[in-house]
Amino acid sequence: MTTAATDPQPAPPRPEAIRIEGLQKSFGTLNVLKGITLTAREGDVVAVIGGSGSGKSTMLRCINFLETPSSGRITIGGEPVAMRADGSPADRRQIERLRQSLGMVFQQFNLWSHKTILENLIEVPVHVLRVPKAQAVARAERLLARVGLAEKAGTYPAFLSGGQQQRAAIARALCMEPRAMLFDEPTSALDPELVGEVLAVIRDLAAEGRTMILVTHEMKFAREVASHVVYLHNGRVEEEGPPEAVFGAPRSDRLKQFLKSVG
Amino acid sequence: MSALAGAALAASSLDLLQYSPPGWGANLLRGLMNSIIIAFGAFGLGSLIGVAGAFGKLYGGPVTRDLLAIYTTVVRAVPELVLILILYYAVTDSVNRLLIGFGFDRIQISGLAAGIAVLGVVQGAYATEVLRGAILSVPAGQIEAARAMGMPPALLARRITLPLMLSAALPGLANLWLIATKDTALLAVVGFGELTQETRQAAGTTKAYFTFFMAAGALYLVLSIGSGWIFARLERWARRGQRGVRG
Ligand SMILES: Nc1ncnc2c1ncn2[C@@H]1O[C@H](COP(=O)(O)OP(=O)(O)OP(=O)(O)O)[C@@H](O)[C@H]1O
Ligand SMILES: [Mg+2]
Repeated sequence: MTTAATDPQPAPPRPEAIRIEGLQKSFGTLNVLKGITLTAREGDVVAVIGGSGSGKSTMLRCINFLETPSSGRITIGGEPVAMRADGSPADRRQIERLRQSLGMVFQQFNLWSHKTILENLIEVPVHVLRVPKAQAVARAERLLARVGLAEKAGTYPAFLSGGQQQRAAIARALCMEPRAMLFDEPTSALDPELVGEVLAVIRDLAAEGRTMILVTHEMKFAREVASHVVYLHNGRVEEEGPPEAVFGAPRSDRLKQFLKSVG
Repeated sequence: MSALAGAALAASSLDLLQYSPPGWGANLLRGLMNSIIIAFGAFGLGSLIGVAGAFGKLYGGPVTRDLLAIYTTVVRAVPELVLILILYYAVTDSVNRLLIGFGFDRIQISGLAAGIAVLGVVQGAYATEVLRGAILSVPAGQIEAARAMGMPPALLARRITLPLMLSAALPGLANLWLIATKDTALLAVVGFGELTQETRQAAGTTKAYFTFFMAAGALYLVLSIGSGWIFARLERWARRGQRGVRG
């Protein structure tokens, strides 16, 4: 490490956090994902863009097996997910363990309504990960302060604004100390004036080098924070690359059209 | 016997209801206590069956679902009185046949245990449907969030699904509890000394039918008002975190 400054050799590639290979998914006869390959290395911010129904959510949900892939391979932190021939997970315990290392943030926040914000944050750390309660509470309070909700620890989710709920949901995911974060349109359910406060939190996470896959319709934001942009069309990766290339010099007509349509 | 009845007839209603003889108060209260114990046991057993049945109906395999459908359909179709007679005599009979078959002595099944078991099975069928509806009312996203964080299914059911469905389930469960307290009266047909049976005995002996049945009615009413108060508090607790319809 100390020799890095004097060593002219390029740094070795960062380890892979999430790798998807040939991912396919059908709902009945509807073929939604038609073979997606994607890698997120540690520290990568992968923005996934694409039209409605292109399969963005389905792809994200396949990563932690909220949807069962039809075929393909998924590797989390170098550990391949054991799958049966039909794509269903072979080992429930492995899925649970891998899910604990992936912090998922939903469009609809999905905080537990019968628990206070603090209880939402410490629920899984205390009852699943067996973190001592005092330690989990300390961690939760630190995270709530970080997302600007320190004084809302004892409040129930229904009494918070959408933006506050989404910031709490992000803190809840962070409280598990995940290897990577998965965001599915985290600001799409918010009133326009509340979008900024949530994006600020995500920007902050990107800046500290957190690995994340971010499905979003916020093109300006994607261009600003992403290290890599993936454009999905009809269940395929139509185009991908660094944000300057994807947004600045799109090659395919479909992407050009899509970028024009979203302004 | 006739001397006792004559004396009782001469006495005023209040004397008849006194706690110690010649009053029958002790008998009535013992009957009430038995009714409460049976109702409590049956309601508890029914709720356990209901939780298992509801999860089985929603998440079980096809065989589990079919068996549960038969259970809830049959139990809810047949009058409870008939079920009690069938289950009580049939179960007692077959247990004893089995015991004798294996060379043991017959046993007398306790009225209390049989009452709880029989009413519990009846309650379980209704509770299965009440709880199934309540589980369906839980927002799917909140369950999915727990799954996405790697919560194992049993923990998820206990810590997320059950508490979330409770506020929707409590009004239905409160009804079932009241039905349980009153269904204990049906056990009088198998000679169990619950409130109605004790009342009939007291009334029959003293011929003071009006007095005793009014007293029993009042006791059932007190029980129902008391449980109404408890369920209202439970419901308020279960609704914590929800924004009320009224401010
Ligand atoms: N559970 C499901 N059953 C059947 N079809 C589904 C299911 N989930 C998604 N689909 C279909 O799969 C396709 C892709 O859906 P998906 O939600 O992944 O799109 P998306 O890119 O996230 O769109 P949006 O931007 O609107 O969120 C759509 O045609 C959708 O109708
Ligand atoms: Mg989507």
